[in-house]
Amino acid sequence: MDLTVRVKRFNPEAEPRQPYWQDFPISIDENATVLDTLIHIREMVDGTLSLRCSCRSAICGSCAMRINGHAGLACKTKASDAMDKDGMIKVEPAGNMPVVKDLVVNLDLFWRKIVQVEPFLKPQGPEPEAEYVVPNEAMMHLSGVTACIMCGACVSDCTVLEVDPNFLGPAALAKAYRFTADPRDGDGEGVSRERLRKLSDYGGMWDCTRCGECVQACPKGVAPMDRIMALREQAIKAGFDNNNGARHTEAFTESVGHSGSLNELQLPVKTVGITNIPALLGFLPVGLRALTHGKLPPLVHKNIANVEFVRKLHHKLEEHQPEK
Amino acid sequence: MLEHDVLIIGAGLAGMRAAIAAKANGANTAIISKVHPVRSHSNAAQGGINAALTDRGDNWEDHAYDTIKGSDFLGDQDAIEVMCRAAGRSLIDMEHMGVTFNRDEEGHLGTRAFGGQRRARTFFVGDFTGQALLHVMFEQLIKSGIQSYEEWFVTSLVQEEGRVCGVVALEIRTGQLHAIRAKTVIFCTGGLGRVFEPSTNALIVTGDGMALAYHAGARLMDMEMVQYHPTTLAGSGVLISEAARGEGAYLLDKNGERFMKKYAPNMMELASRDVVSRSEQTEINAGNGVNGCVYLDCRHLGEKLIKEKLSQIREIGIDLAGADMVKEPIPIRPGMHYMMGGIKTDVNGLTNLPGVYAAGECACVSVHGGNRLGANSLLDTIVFGERSGSHAAAAAGELKFVDFSAAAAVQREEQRIQAMLNRPQNGDRVASVRLGMGESMNRNLAVFRQKTGMEETVQELQELKARFAKVPVENKGKVFNTDLVFALELGFMLDCAETIAVSALERKDSRGAQFRTDYPKRDDENWLKHIAVTKGEVGPEISHLPVTITKWTPEERKY
Ligand SMILES: Cc1cc2nc3c(=O)[nH]c(=O)nc-3n(C[C@H](O)[C@H](O)[C@H](O)COP(=O)(O)OP(=O)(O)OC[C@H]3O[C@@H](n4cnc5c(N)ncnc54)[C@H](O)[C@@H]3O)c2cc1C
Ligand code: SF4
Ligand code: SF4
Ligand code: FES
Repeated sequence: MDLTVRVKRFNPEAEPRQPYWQDFPISIDENATVLDTLIHIREMVDGTLSLRCSCRSAICGSCAMRINGHAGLACKTKASDAMDKDGMIKVEPAGNMPVVKDLVVNLDLFWRKIVQVEPFLKPQGPEPEAEYVVPNEAMMHLSGVTACIMCGACVSDCTVLEVDPNFLGPAALAKAYRFTADPRDGDGEGVSRERLRKLSDYGGMWDCTRCGECVQACPKGVAPMDRIMALREQAIKAGFDNNNGARHTEAFTESVGHSGSLNELQLPVKTVGITNIPALLGFLPVGLRALTHGKLPPLVHKNIANVEFVRKLHHKLEEHQPEK
Repeated sequence: MLEHDVLIIGAGLAGMRAAIAAKANGANTAIISKVHPVRSHSNAAQGGINAALTDRGDNWEDHAYDTIKGSDFLGDQDAIEVMCRAAGRSLIDMEHMGVTFNRDEEGHLGTRAFGGQRRARTFFVGDFTGQALLHVMFEQLIKSGIQSYEEWFVTSLVQEEGRVCGVVALEIRTGQLHAIRAKTVIFCTGGLGRVFEPSTNALIVTGDGMALAYHAGARLMDMEMVQYHPTTLAGSGVLISEAARGEGAYLLDKNGERFMKKYAPNMMELASRDVVSRSEQTEINAGNGVNGCVYLDCRHLGEKLIKEKLSQIREIGIDLAGADMVKEPIPIRPGMHYMMGGIKTDVNGLTNLPGVYAAGECACVSVHGGNRLGANSLLDTIVFGERSGSHAAAAAGELKFVDFSAAAAVQREEQRIQAMLNRPQNGDRVASVRLGMGESMNRNLAVFRQKTGMEETVQELQELKARFAKVPVENKGKVFNTDLVFALELGFMLDCAETIAVSALERKDSRGAQFRTDYPKRDDENWLKHIAVTKGEVGPEISHLPVTITKWTPEERKY
């Protein structure tokens, strides 16, 4: 079949250092995945195209990128499904991470957050001589989470990470849940109190707005949001319910609106008008941060002349915020 | 300059296990990998890992016998004994580290049946065992705080004072070259699947370590023993795990007949891999297949079992072949899968070069001989990864660093790479050369082999090498230049391909994975021995090594 792959390119060594779109019209097998199209381009058309890929079967986690605006694995997406009616597929690097070159992003922060949740089993008490005896259901349940291939698709599309890079994010929190839900981790009852306490801090489980983007993006059915909700339940059970994190979330959700959908987010701003400063002040700084971080590109970039003013205002607000 | 007592090249299961062991033995340890550790190919293992647990009434001798028989008596029995004895402890260690193995009703580790074994001793995590093990090993790597150079590609070794004393590596993200000094080096670079086209192996599996070691003077062994897996998906060649047959799936010809009854009436679909692959190919050649494939039928297993235990391979069928195995049989055929041969080591991972070790798929101990049993390879990586890590650490304690000039080593490599980048356009492409190699290997060194075909490939490889010496690299940049990485990998692959072809030509009998139509019988009198290759002045030099036989005398193999 014939199709056009529109790739967002970026070469940090070229001048000007600007991303740009490039179209590659190609002809490829009906069963081809989006990854096959990119490999074809790289091998047969333009060797300068950089991307990560290895397994071709959705297991190594290398090839997460945005396909037609949403994160997914290129090797798990059929080209024929991704094509629009004009035979076009739009491919760009994963979001919420700095681009290194073309479709390759820098995952340093992603890995740092994984490390931050102390991702290794911490049983208390002596190890048994043979294996731990635990119910199969518990292991099957965990396998639903350990199926995570650390591809970063969820992180790419997480609406909170877009405005708050401090947030641990869906992948790290799902990883954390993999331990808090493990009967072998924590005390004799399998309760990982220390983990739950730390995860209740700012940037942890309470900062998720339950927008559901990560569930949609995840190619392995890990459903990070559901794991975060389960973490909250565990935390509340362990007595970590009334904390800054919890309150921070409530405020965020109330003011910014649920679901992180950009249009909803625009609404309050539009309603009160961008020059109505007192009304805007009513919104949480995080909401404004969203604005200055280009989360509302059409508004900020096109319509507002005084964006600098908004930014200054936002910085002022940040300065006067109470300690988190 | 960067320097470490023990430097491990490769961060798959073998590499990370080795690193953890080396660190635990007090060595200043680092690990280097061309991809992030969790992207390594160990991920791909679906089916499971073998171990004979005594508290289950199993014993290591049975496991050893199955392994030896599976190897067509080419495996070294002392090494197999080491592996099978260590299996139970290694498995429990992995469980303690956090692997979420499936359990039985009582909450003990559960097993599944795998090919070539008389009892179910394969432990598993759904059908993503390799990924589960690899991620847990990475967790332990984090826990141990071992220095890890990620997305660093080793391009050459530094040899001075008669020793391998360091490596030069390309930091892929920046394009910078670095020299790293090391007292001991452990190769854990995995297999060489991409030498063949198609292959079940990931795109990064390019035999780098085998080629690097070969150039440094290491001995490669059993290189003719290339495993073709019986169930690879039509088209992409992606693997459908043996777990499917372990759970009871059938192989059918175009008339819906279970043809394995002709070839292995007892073990049927679960005979050893070489036997099943040859049977399929025989049927396909006789016109009993459809479009070069036969069928794998799982329908009778039921939706529940498939979803619980085979979910990942079901997904692969749907994604890549548009076939849901709950509802229909899926088209499969034999495809290149695993390399039994590799860098020859002793049971401690030591090669014939002082201070140089190897473990995992790139090594040849030889525990797999002529044919590897399913689920023995993960075990191999863990057991010999650990042993080589401990031994390399101990050896490093006795050694001093060789004081070579990092600047000179880097400069040599820079010049070589710059020369590649400077080549003029000539219309040729790295990918075309690779494809030429892969197709030639798959044509003449697959399930059935014979002299003239193999000679043709040896000849073609010479031509491909000549093309490779001139092939242009399109991307001249420094940052994440994957084009350059592929070109360098192709060089490694061509060397590996040559050693495979010459070894296969040398062996004039049919044993394990090698079936020669011109020598169709196993000939113990003349060929019950290993074939080894080293790099000579002009090309590969062949020698023969004895097979270690302890207490199991070779007999005819029947399944
Ligand atoms: C599809 C599939 C399914 C399988 N299923 C099973 C199974 O069920 N049971 C079983 O026992 N076995 C199975 N195997 C085999 C098994 O997975 C592998 O043999 C084993 O995982 C290899 O592990 P390794 O650590 O040796 O190498 P790998 O995991 O391949 O790691 C190699 C490492 O070396 C690094 N490396 C390579 N070259 C360089 C270089 N030049 N510079 C720097 N780093 C480098 C790579 O980055 C990587 O980190 C399967 C194999 C495949 C392909
Ligand atoms: S549900 Fe929570 S973690 Fe998931 S994308 Fe939305 S905000 Fe991020
Ligand atoms: S949770 Fe899903 S999307 Fe996120 S990293 Fe893991 S596999 Fe990828
Ligand atoms: S190539 Fe491995 S996940 Fe896509």
